Amino acid sequence: MNPYGLELTVLRPAMRVYLFVTCLVDTFFPGVGEGMVRVLDRLGVDVEFPAAQTCCGQPAFNSGYREDAQAVAERFISIFGNALQERRDEETYIVCPSGSCTTMLKVFYKELLSNSPIQLNKLALIANKTYEFSEFLVNVMKRADVGASYKGVVTYHDSCHLLRELGVKDEPRRLIEAVRGIEFREMEMHDACCGFGGTFSVKFPRVSVSMLDEKIDCIIGSGADTVISSDMGCLMNIGGALSRRKIPVRVMHLAELLAHTGSEGD
Amino acid sequence: MTYERINFETDSERAVGDEKLQHALVNVTNRFRSARNKASSEVPGWDELRTLAREIKKETIENLDRYLIMLEENVKKAGGHVHWAKDGEEACRIIIEIARKNGVNSVVKSKSMATEEVELNSNLERAGIRAVETDLGEYIIQLAGEHPSHIIAPAVHKTKDDISRLFSEKLGVPYMSDPADLTKVARERMRSEFLSAGMGVSGANFAVAETGTIVIVENEGNARLTTTVPRIHAALMGIEKIIPRYNDLSLFLTLLARSATGQKSSTYVSFITGPRRESDADGPEEFHLVLLDNGRSGILANGETRESLYCIRCGACLNNCPVYRKVGGHSYGWVYSGPIGAIINPQLLGIDKAPELPFASSLCGACRDVCPVKIDFPKVLLELRHEVKETKAETGKGRELFFERLAFRLWRTIVTHERLYGFFSSLMYYVQMPYRGESGGLGSLPYPFSRWTRDRDFPAIAEIPFRERWKELRKEIGEGSTK
Repeated sequence: MNPYGLELTVLRPAMRVYLFVTCLVDTFFPGVGEGMVRVLDRLGVDVEFPAAQTCCGQPAFNSGYREDAQAVAERFISIFGNALQERRDEETYIVCPSGSCTTMLKVFYKELLSNSPIQLNKLALIANKTYEFSEFLVNVMKRADVGASYKGVVTYHDSCHLLRELGVKDEPRRLIEAVRGIEFREMEMHDACCGFGGTFSVKFPRVSVSMLDEKIDCIIGSGADTVISSDMGCLMNIGGALSRRKIPVRVMHLAELLAHTGSEGD
Repeated sequence: MTYERINFETDSERAVGDEKLQHALVNVTNRFRSARNKASSEVPGWDELRTLAREIKKETIENLDRYLIMLEENVKKAGGHVHWAKDGEEACRIIIEIARKNGVNSVVKSKSMATEEVELNSNLERAGIRAVETDLGEYIIQLAGEHPSHIIAPAVHKTKDDISRLFSEKLGVPYMSDPADLTKVARERMRSEFLSAGMGVSGANFAVAETGTIVIVENEGNARLTTTVPRIHAALMGIEKIIPRYNDLSLFLTLLARSATGQKSSTYVSFITGPRRESDADGPEEFHLVLLDNGRSGILANGETRESLYCIRCGACLNNCPVYRKVGGHSYGWVYSGPIGAIINPQLLGIDKAPELPFASSLCGACRDVCPVKIDFPKVLLELRHEVKETKAETGKGRELFFERLAFRLWRTIVTHERLYGFFSSLMYYVQMPYRGESGGLGSLPYPFSRWTRDRDFPAIAEIPFRERWKELRKEIGEGSTK
C-alpha cells in the first residue's frame, strides 16, 4: 500500500521503456520528461534514456528539407535501434510524450525513408515498439488510474497529430478522469487546431494567432483553470498567448498532471 | 494566360483583419459543417462509402486515357461533339469559335469552376460576346467584378447589405434589404437572358464514360435552363471529373450532396446525353463537350500527388479547415481555395506561381477527415513543400529562403552531434537571458522569432535540460534494470 490507499500492481519486472523525450521537452520543458519518468517508475517500469538522442527531424521534414531531415532520422533510428538491441524481448518499448513526434517516427519516417529499404527495415523494428505516452499507459499497460491526484478543473486540447494521425482520443481523457480530485470539462471545438503547426506559426503569425484566439475562447468558455494536452508544441502556443494576455489558466502536459500526487495542485 | 504570383501572406493578413469577413466565414462554415456532419452520420457505412469512392477514383485516374477515349466515343455516339483543350487559352478559343460559327453574341452560364479557371467570361467579352452568370452567387460576384471565394458558395464573403448596395448601384433598382426581393430582381433579369441567349455554357460535376452522359448538380434550377433553353450547349470540364460507370453515380451523388451542403440530394440533378433528340420535349440542337487539361496531366504524371485529381469539388475541406475559416477564399489567390486550393493551385499554375500555398496549412488533417474521397492532404502538402524547397528552391523569396536553408543546415549539424547539441542548448540558455520577461517567458525576440512574440510569449530555455536532469533522476529511481 502507498500513502494514497491504493494498490499499485507491480508489473512483470522485465518491462522496460526507452524514453523518446523530444527536443522541445529536453530544451524547454524538462519537467514533462521528469513527469513521465515519475509516472512510469511509480508503475514499476524500468526507465532508460538513450542519451545520444536529440531531435527526430520533424521541423526539417515539415518545412520541405528532406535531405536534412533524412540525415537526422537515420541517426535517430540507429540510436533507438541499438537501444532495443540490448533487450530483444517483448516487454521493451519506446515511449514519447508527444503525439507529433510519435507520428514523425511511426507515420512520416516511412515517407521520408521510402528510397532506402535498409532504413525502412530498421525503422520497422522500432516503429512497432513506439507509443505515445497516454496510448502506452492505457493500451499497453492497461492502466487508466496511475495513482495521480490533482485539485482543479481541467479541460483537454486534442493535438492534431495524436488525434488524426494516431487516432488517440479517449486514452488521455480516461487518464485525466481517473485522477483523484479532478473535475474534467470538455471544451467546445476541443479537436480544432490551435494554430501552432510548427513553422506555420512563424511563417503566418497573424493567421496562426487568429486560430489561437478561437482556441483560447473555447478554453476560457470551459471554465477550466488548467488546460491539458499531450504535445508541448500546442501548449507553448496556447500558454504563450495565455501568459501574454495574463489569463489565469495554467497549461500542463498530461505527464506533469499524472505525476501529481498528494494534495498539491495549485 | 499568365497569372501573377499568389501572395498568400499579404492577402491572408488582410482577411484576418477584416471583421465583416470573419463574421461571414464563421457563419457559413459552421452552417455547412454541422449540416455535413449530420448528413454523413445518417448514412450507415459512410466511411466505407468514402473508401469505395476513393478506390473508384484511383482506378479511374490511373486509367484516365482509356476512360476519356470511351467518353469521347459515347458522347459522339449520342450526337455530341468533343473538343480537347490543352490549356485555358485553347478552351476559350474553342468555345468562342463555337459561338462565332453560330452567330451567338450572348451566352448564359451556370456555375462552373472550370470556366472560372480559364477566365472564360473575360475572354468572351474580349471576343465581343456577352456572358451572364445565372447562378445567384456567381451573378453577384460577376456584378461586383470579383472572383468566387468558396467552391460551392461563391459569394459567401458578401453580406446582405453588400448585395443590396451592389444591386442598387449596378442594376439601378432601389435599395432593398429582403433577400427574397433581391433574388426576385436577379430572377427577373435572368429570365430575359435565358430567352435571348444563343448559347448556354455549363460545367460538369461528373461525366460518365460508359454512356457519354454529363451530370450537373445544383439547387437553383439555372443550370437546367442554361443547358436546355439556348440552341447550343457547351460544357467545359476538367478531365479528372470523369467516372467510369452509370452505376457509380448513386455513390458519388450521395457523397457530393451530403459533403457539400448536408443535403440528402441536391434540388436538381441533370443528366445530359448528347443534344436534343426528335422525341425530346426540349434541349439544345447542338451539344459540345470541351475536355480541359490545363496542367492536369502534369499532376497525373506525379505519383506522389496524383490523388489531388480525385477531388469532386464538394468544398467540405474548406468548411473544416481552420486556416480557410480564418483567411477566406480570396487569400488562396485563384479559383480553388482552402486545402484543395493549397494543393491544386501550385500544381495547375506551376509551383513558382504559388510557392507559399503548400505552407498555408498547420497540417492538422481535418480536411482529410471529411474528404469524401479521402484525399491525403497532409501527405500531398508535405510532398509539395519538398518540391518548393529542394527541387525548385529558387522560386521562393530569395534572401529569406537562403537564410532558412542555411538555418536548417546548421540545425542538422547540431542535432546530429550530441556534444554540439548540448553545447548549443546551454549557449542559447545564456543568449536568451536579456529577453526574459517577468513571467519567465520571452516577450520580445529578434526576427524571425519576433513573428511569434508579437502576440505570444515564447518559452524560456530551461537551465537544466532533461538530459542533465536525467542523471539525477536516474539515481533517484534506481539504476534501471539493476533495481
